[in-house]
Amino acid sequence: MSGTYLGMPAFPEAAREAVGNETLRGNLRHATHTIRAKRAKAVTEVSDWTELREAGKRIKDHTLRHLDRYLEQLEESVTAAGGIVHWAADADEANEIVTQLVQMTGESEVVKVKSMATQEIGLNEALEAEGIHAYETDLAELIVQLGKDRPSHILVPAIHRNRGEIRDIFRAEMSEWGRPAPEGLTDTPAELAEAARLHLREKFLRAKVGISGANFMVAETGTLVVVESEGNGRMCLTLPETLISVVGIEKIVPTWRDLEVFLQTLPRSSTAERMNPYTSTWTGTTEQDGPSTFHLVLLDNGRTDTLADEVGRQALRCIRCSACLNVCPVYERAGGHAYGSVYPGPIGAILSPQLRGTGSEIDASLPYASSLCGACYEVCPVAIDIPEVLVHLRERVVEGGEVTREGNKVVLRPAKGHAAERAAMRAARWAFTHPGALRTGQRAASRTRRFHPRTLPGPGRAWSGTRDLPPVPAEPFRDWWLRTRGGKDGAK
Amino acid sequence: MRVALFLTCVNDTLYPDTGRAVVKLLTRLGVDVDFPMAQTCCGQAHYNTGYRHEAEPLARHFSDVFGEYEAIVTPSGSCGSMVRELYPRMGERARAEGRGDTLAATLAPVVPKTYELTEFLVDVLGVTDVGAYYPHTVTYHPTCHGLRGLGLGDRPRRLLQAVKGLELAELPGADECCGFGGTFALKNSDVSAAMGTDKVRNAESTGAEVLCAADNSCLMHIGGTMTRLRTGMRPVHIAEILASTEEEPAV
Ligand code: SF4
Repeated sequence: MSGTYLGMPAFPEAAREAVGNETLRGNLRHATHTIRAKRAKAVTEVSDWTELREAGKRIKDHTLRHLDRYLEQLEESVTAAGGIVHWAADADEANEIVTQLVQMTGESEVVKVKSMATQEIGLNEALEAEGIHAYETDLAELIVQLGKDRPSHILVPAIHRNRGEIRDIFRAEMSEWGRPAPEGLTDTPAELAEAARLHLREKFLRAKVGISGANFMVAETGTLVVVESEGNGRMCLTLPETLISVVGIEKIVPTWRDLEVFLQTLPRSSTAERMNPYTSTWTGTTEQDGPSTFHLVLLDNGRTDTLADEVGRQALRCIRCSACLNVCPVYERAGGHAYGSVYPGPIGAILSPQLRGTGSEIDASLPYASSLCGACYEVCPVAIDIPEVLVHLRERVVEGGEVTREGNKVVLRPAKGHAAERAAMRAARWAFTHPGALRTGQRAASRTRRFHPRTLPGPGRAWSGTRDLPPVPAEPFRDWWLRTRGGKDGAK
Repeated sequence: MRVALFLTCVNDTLYPDTGRAVVKLLTRLGVDVDFPMAQTCCGQAHYNTGYRHEAEPLARHFSDVFGEYEAIVTPSGSCGSMVRELYPRMGERARAEGRGDTLAATLAPVVPKTYELTEFLVDVLGVTDVGAYYPHTVTYHPTCHGLRGLGLGDRPRRLLQAVKGLELAELPGADECCGFGGTFALKNSDVSAAMGTDKVRNAESTGAEVLCAADNSCLMHIGGTMTRLRTGMRPVHIAEILASTEEEPAV
């Protein structure tokens, strides 16, 4: 069920359902507000946060500007360390590569951890189609998978579930997938965690192939880095004989030194921890230790095209900390599923329409899924100006323009359904560049004020369904000013 | 000092009382206020909805109308941030599109001279006690563009705290967006309404009679939600509170 959710309705419709779901709103509100407050505290503990944020931004920008060079360096160092590098231009190619790699091992089961990239490309479904079962081992991912559900948060994919729901899912589904839930399982966190641990342990010990993502890739040594809280990732990275890491090409940093910045900003921004409990790094293969075969699949899937966009490319700086989700008032009410992608919240609203294009209804609506309040930009540890990119993408939706798709420059036509709005914007622009016309309009509105409804027809109904309109005043300001000259020298 | 009042199209049309209050307040503080009649709209709604090319003529018009003044004062955090933050960006984008520096050069003069009202009072005039009297309990909502765009900080609260008779009640979740967001309120009305409702419920919990902000667009959304939820609270623009005196109190 995970992967790319094509055929999604536009954001407003998808959000409507979430807004009306009291349990969901309660779960989300509680979770986001708790982590929000903790993050703010964790950040104030660091005296040079502003500098760290700026450094993170610079390192990422520098890397992206020379991405070709660093990718080649990475390939060389991974190969030198005994790994095998594969390049995947898009989702299909990546899925094919991974499927073949698994088939070569003769296995029909894999354990997975920490990989949004594989959800982005729908790897689990692709594997399933070839008879290979993929087991998610991150606790929240496990809940999502057992619940035949979709992730709704970058860091806490099951944020939309509460403890009671999780217990029900464990009781009903675990036996289908492996070790059943213990008898009389309650919804206390300790019991739920223990049930998951037992269930997963069995899989770790059995699995011969592991699939992971990575938070960072260090070009100078070919090292991959995963930061996590549970330790399940470390099991996945070390126990299987074959490890396949699928990573977006933008996850590179030039040197180990650069990690210093992100290992401070990422945990504080994401889990509000000073340091995450587990940081695992692996470099190629090592005799008698860990997997004996290591494959790195470097995924493009729209990233190079995104890089070609001057304003939008900053989205590729993202380190997936999820701070922007936790602070976003729209995410808090709409929930993660409304964004129609494994990347929800503010970052999803700017990343998905760039990686996938603005062709579908959901992707064309995502740039509008924001009140532009700016809270996301304020918390982002790599200073992505999300509101700026949102407005830039809105422009692409309503005005069209030149974009890069699959390496080629193409001119997009404006998306459908904006004709009336465009006409209104043009008319308003005309009136606003003709002050006389504006005044005539204001006077007409004032003269007919008694007849104005407090509710609106047409698209305005959305407003007046839940709010009252202000009454139109008897006299617009400019007429008062003309009449009184600002109260200075009497009527004119 | 020749100061121009940029009232904004929304205030001019729907909230003339705010304009009258600004004129009264600044005149009381000895400022010579002018209202250039040719002014219209800064282009924010166009720009933020994705119609940057429709917003450009409005920005040019703004610069033509206001370019000559020493200072431009506006009682709107969001329109203020449009001029200060987004006009330079429009210039940059035009340059990136190969249209030279003309737009940037046209817009540049107005950018540093544009002040949101509370900024102008505190930073330019150097006052926090404007001699106002307003015997009501007030809670203050810092609007997003004022708070994060312009960085108004505690200027509005300092001004309010100095008002005689006014009791300031802290608003829980003050820096959370009210859900207006221009066309967002229309395009994502369910989410917008949910945000507005939470803002109003938080305001209600303070027991204040009045919710005050430095932007009538947000106040329109919050106020419309207040009457719909029958809270009995009123939205009031900060200019109207600051203009209120013992001799001529605002209601
Ligand atoms: S956009 Fe910034 S805040 Fe949001 S997930 Fe990415 S790095 Fe974190």
